Amino acid sequence: MSTPAPIRVWESHFRLYRTIWRSNVMGAFVQPFLYLLGMGLGVGALVDRGSGSAELLDGLTYFQFLAPALIATSAMMVTSAEAMWPVLGGFKWQSGYHAAAATPLSPGEIATGVGLWHATKALIAGSGVAVALVFFDGTRSPGLPLAVLFGGLTGVAFSSAITAWTATRDEDRSFPTINRFVITPLFLFGGAFYPIDQLPEWLQWVAKATPLWHGVELTRNAVNEQLEWDSTAVHVGYLSLFVVLGWLSARRSFAKRLGR
Amino acid sequence: MSTTPLIVARGLVKRFGSFTAVDGIDVEVHRGESFGFLGPNGAGKSSTMRMIGCVSPRTDGELRIFDMDPATQGKQIRARIGVVPQADQLDEQLTVQDNLMLYGRYFDLPRAECRRRAAELLEFVQLTDRATSKIEPLSGGMKRRVTIARSLVNEPELLLLDEPTTGLDPQARHVLWDRLYRLKQRGVTLVLTTHYMDEAEQLCDRLVVMDGGRIVAEGSPRSLIEQHSTREVLELRYPAGTNEERAPDVAGIGDRSEVLPDRVLIYAHDGEAALAEVHARGSRPESALVRRSSLEDVFLRLTGRSLVD
Repeated sequence: MSTPAPIRVWESHFRLYRTIWRSNVMGAFVQPFLYLLGMGLGVGALVDRGSGSAELLDGLTYFQFLAPALIATSAMMVTSAEAMWPVLGGFKWQSGYHAAAATPLSPGEIATGVGLWHATKALIAGSGVAVALVFFDGTRSPGLPLAVLFGGLTGVAFSSAITAWTATRDEDRSFPTINRFVITPLFLFGGAFYPIDQLPEWLQWVAKATPLWHGVELTRNAVNEQLEWDSTAVHVGYLSLFVVLGWLSARRSFAKRLGR
Repeated sequence: MSTTPLIVARGLVKRFGSFTAVDGIDVEVHRGESFGFLGPNGAGKSSTMRMIGCVSPRTDGELRIFDMDPATQGKQIRARIGVVPQADQLDEQLTVQDNLMLYGRYFDLPRAECRRRAAELLEFVQLTDRATSKIEPLSGGMKRRVTIARSLVNEPELLLLDEPTTGLDPQARHVLWDRLYRLKQRGVTLVLTTHYMDEAEQLCDRLVVMDGGRIVAEGSPRSLIEQHSTREVLELRYPAGTNEERAPDVAGIGDRSEVLPDRVLIYAHDGEAALAEVHARGSRPESALVRRSSLEDVFLRLTGRSLVD
């Protein structure tokens, strides 16, 4: 009969989403679709004509290289935004978390429910891209569902850490900075648009230290059916570590903030 | 069990760093009672309420609610409490009904039961016709009523109200008081904070006056007035800025007097007689008013300050 507490917190987010899902779901599909038509096919035609591109891209066309990575980057973008303003609002503006904390729910359960919701948003964003990929011959792959799961993992790796940060904030001033100096650079330098061995060595290490590159590798390999056990285990393990550490610190900062 | 008070606090303390918000208070609230914390902003009322609501751990002292310890049994206690916070904390983009549903689910009530209770509670707060309206366009008084309906979704035995009518117009306040009075008649124990005297007099069987984190007086509104004030008060207004210098003219009239920036208060058993004496002395205030003593006077007497600045 009884529903686990984090699921009931998740439900409250879903209740709001139900009122706006149509536009959100359409956006999750239409935006990457148009992007892929323009960037993937257009730029891809140029790149594939270049000499040596086949070796550099592991025998993939540029479209096959770029498009699957968007599953990971979209998940990152959507969840990191979700972990900023809406989470701060839960403490500060509409104060929904404070209202929830007055019920039998514990701060930790609230944090976990919020994390589950972020995972859902990451999966929706990734699925939108995956559906778009079905429309293109090079990426119509049985690996798409797995890639969506990898995208979800990538998204939560970001959102859990950012949620933990947001829960300690009184103002939203830091959010544009995070977007400008973390999210956007990762989008550009995280291996989505070109192999990171094109970068200077120190930047390669930076890229490998952040979660996005691991997510990009996973989604790309899944869609192109190039997954290997050992590297997959490393990528999944690294992302999971981010999720667990982020989740634990989010629980801590929720408990601190809601139990003053 | 029935003789155990619902809330017992002994030497209850709340500190935030070096700041002491609640400085060792003793409180007992009994089942079915309507109990008030009265005091100015910063007196420690809200901190006390948050400790009773089991969302803020106590720094020191003893606190038991339903004969349980908030530090270890917060979940069980919160399941039996309803909370009306100072800010409404409603989800503005959701409908009235969805806000209640969502909250009912937090208490793990089945969806059908949430729906049934939401309908019943909207009836109770007279908002049935707004069930499918979003929160945003509602008036302040309506939002407050939604918040009260929401706080009742778990059929609480104890309802905590933190400044329930602050910021509402007089009509909305009376509607709210009427609903709270009905809840009290149904046997719900009410604990509220307020800095409005009329609210405390309307709603509270018993109250404590708080100032600077301490309790400075305790009793029923009537007994507090009897103990700390006279039956009537004569209010004199002299031309702006001259109250201070006019005060000696009327010294010694009544039991005592209080000089405020905007008026002089003379505490007397018979206000009209006191006014006659003011006139007999040849003092000519711009206006004079005789009224009954209120909790405002009690507060002024106890703390030397007025409640709402």
